[in-house]
Amino acid sequence: MKKSVLASLAIGAGLLAGASTPSPVMAQAMEQFMPIPIYRTGPYAAGGTGYFGGFMDYMAMVNARDNGVNGVKMIWEECETAYDNARGVECYERLKGKGPTGAAMFHPLSTGITYSTFEKGTADKVPVVSMGYGRGDAMVGSVFPYTFPLVTTYWSQNTAKIKFIGMKEGGMDKLKGKKLVNVYHDSAYGKETIDILNKQAAMYGFEIKHFPVAHPGLDQKAIWLQIKQFAPDWVILRGWGVMNPTAIKEAARIGFPREKMLGVWWSGSEEDMRPAGTAAKGFYAAGFHPAGKNFPVLKDIEKFVQSKGKGNIEAERMGTIYYNRGVVTGIISMEAIRTAQEKYGKKPLTGEQVQWGLEHLNLTAARIKALGGEGLVQPIKTSCNDHEGGGAVKFQQWDGEKWTVVSDWIDADKSLVRPLAEESAAKYAKEKGITPRDCSKEM
Amino acid sequence: MLYREAGQFKTSYQKDQAIFPIRQDRIAVWALLLAVFIAVPLLADDYWLGSIITPLLVLSLAAIGLNILTGYAGQLSLGTAGFMAVGAFAAYNLNIRVPELPLIVDFLLAGVFAAMVGMVFGLPSLRIKGFYLAVATLAAQFFIEWVFTHVGWFTNYSSSGVISAPPMHILGMTIDTAVEKYLLTLSVVAVLALGAKNMVRSRIGRSWMAVRDKDISAEVIGVPLLSTKLSAFGISSFYCGVAGALWTYCYLGTVEPAAFDLNRSFQVLFMIIIGGVGSILGSFLGAGFIVLLPILLNNIAAMIGHGTLQADTMANLEHIIFGGLIIFFLIVEPHGLARLWQIAKEKLRLWPFPY
Repeated sequence: MKKSVLASLAIGAGLLAGASTPSPVMAQAMEQFMPIPIYRTGPYAAGGTGYFGGFMDYMAMVNARDNGVNGVKMIWEECETAYDNARGVECYERLKGKGPTGAAMFHPLSTGITYSTFEKGTADKVPVVSMGYGRGDAMVGSVFPYTFPLVTTYWSQNTAKIKFIGMKEGGMDKLKGKKLVNVYHDSAYGKETIDILNKQAAMYGFEIKHFPVAHPGLDQKAIWLQIKQFAPDWVILRGWGVMNPTAIKEAARIGFPREKMLGVWWSGSEEDMRPAGTAAKGFYAAGFHPAGKNFPVLKDIEKFVQSKGKGNIEAERMGTIYYNRGVVTGIISMEAIRTAQEKYGKKPLTGEQVQWGLEHLNLTAARIKALGGEGLVQPIKTSCNDHEGGGAVKFQQWDGEKWTVVSDWIDADKSLVRPLAEESAAKYAKEKGITPRDCSKEM
Repeated sequence: MLYREAGQFKTSYQKDQAIFPIRQDRIAVWALLLAVFIAVPLLADDYWLGSIITPLLVLSLAAIGLNILTGYAGQLSLGTAGFMAVGAFAAYNLNIRVPELPLIVDFLLAGVFAAMVGMVFGLPSLRIKGFYLAVATLAAQFFIEWVFTHVGWFTNYSSSGVISAPPMHILGMTIDTAVEKYLLTLSVVAVLALGAKNMVRSRIGRSWMAVRDKDISAEVIGVPLLSTKLSAFGISSFYCGVAGALWTYCYLGTVEPAAFDLNRSFQVLFMIIIGGVGSILGSFLGAGFIVLLPILLNNIAAMIGHGTLQADTMANLEHIIFGGLIIFFLIVEPHGLARLWQIAKEKLRLWPFPY
């Protein structure tokens, strides 16, 4: 018996050595590599599989329909992070150098992994794109050259949420004296908006109370009893994964109206609502894109990828919030690569070159229409110092079966967010001894 | 044949008490040190150094810390990650608030702070034992995590509660490449591991083992329970604290309290169970098993996975295989990988004429 143990150890060591030698990179020139740090396991797997499923499906569709981006085929490789920071860093290091030119960009899909990788990305010249998550102040491109919180950040959407609540109450001046509660996931992600909410509370004269929920968020009974005593007018939910349906069920239990609950986009997927059953009906959620399959781009994915059995996710999950977010990510990422190709030529690009593309992205309404994403993607224009680009969100309401969009694009209050981001970025630069780039000199 | 101590005579007490009394062992250890300090940085690429070997070393150090407490002194603890967090946050705060201190001093002081916290949470060990003590240290784990999440001062009032390790300088050199971080980690781990190896052979280590084996008997023969148990908690937490600081500075680069959650405590506990309870070598072997195996499985999955199996099946299969292997090793060798190594050594001494 002992011998067999030793033998198996030896085999294991041999396998380890085998895995260590980097697999020979095929010398196919016209390929652009995209890392996929997916999480198919763990409490947040619904988000990981849906988002990256949509992203990979979109890339597969671009490959099948257009033969890649201007003839450069997209290739990708998965790496399982299980939403764990340490494993995310390992995945980043493993994937950053793959493909003929290395990773085009890195989508961590986790605020924690974004925090752990964006400095490595800056050093390695690999753009870290945190679309709709990550640190808010990274929109200041002069301090964070390789970090792109594209489309919208937590801070921006937070101001839009307050605007939405103001609209529902009949004007921003009506917010005065109202009581709001912020139920947040007790992590880097959840805490991002506390400061800005406090500032807004002082600005508009409403009262705000913050309630942290420990990971994974199954135990919320005590919190909701306190919320009941506080009797707020609105509850803002910054949940993630299993915390969301739990919060909604608890709200139903204490009889808090779901029509007065407003979730961030990570609280606004079908997977978050369905487990809560009928209790979820009426719940609002912010989103930087809607759900649904009725977009030309999804029809193309259906035609070129899913109907051929080459999908990266079950066909029935197409058109869900997470899936569409992956498609939006695909559209914007491919467009950034295309933009960079205009400057550097139609060939596989390095991360440094893609960074230029991300910084000079100009996704106009006409272009979005041509890409088949009208109504799905909002116009985005980035610059050296503005790494966010869009900033608007739509609000949608759960009718018990699906999401219905109930508002137009609501813009963030940039006059509030931008100075805060700049202040925070300056503090970061000082702590790290970074001299910000002079964006007026960059073309 | 080669591994035989025949003819090696020990003519003084000093020689008899050496860490490695057999010459072949000494040669092997020196060769290993040369390999890890010179060959590994030359041969391994940044991916291996930065994201596999460095975290492996850091977690080995944490495992040594827990092994001192659980393996040698017999006090079951689930607060390892909490003590690591104390070290990480102490090093960060020392660095930004007292920038005059050199980095290594920051690391050592981080360990000292962790040791103090560890001793406070070790106090219940004087009254309770075994699983009850595990529950008490669990309280340390949750309390420490809670403090760092909710007291803004520790994170310098960062909006998200995530701290980002400041740049590292030692003697005017900036430590920023994977090789430099690896060498820094390796030096710290090597020195501390040597210290641990010596400590467990000395009076203090023997009193820990006496307490572990039977605390009443230990007290009867004159081992003071209070100082022995508290020193075990303190020194163990010191190791964990330094490991936490290294984890922040040399591996992740950023730290949020969630990086030191209960799962990390369990991970380190599994390391010493798999590696060998009460063995310094076992701490390294266990860390290797727990850190490398999932990455290896994931790499194999990526290699053979394309087109053969669904990616989601592969992801879950990794967990199944990993769990299966843990059970397999615990059944065939409940004393851990270090025991396998010991058996191998005994067999080598007899080879090629086993009896």
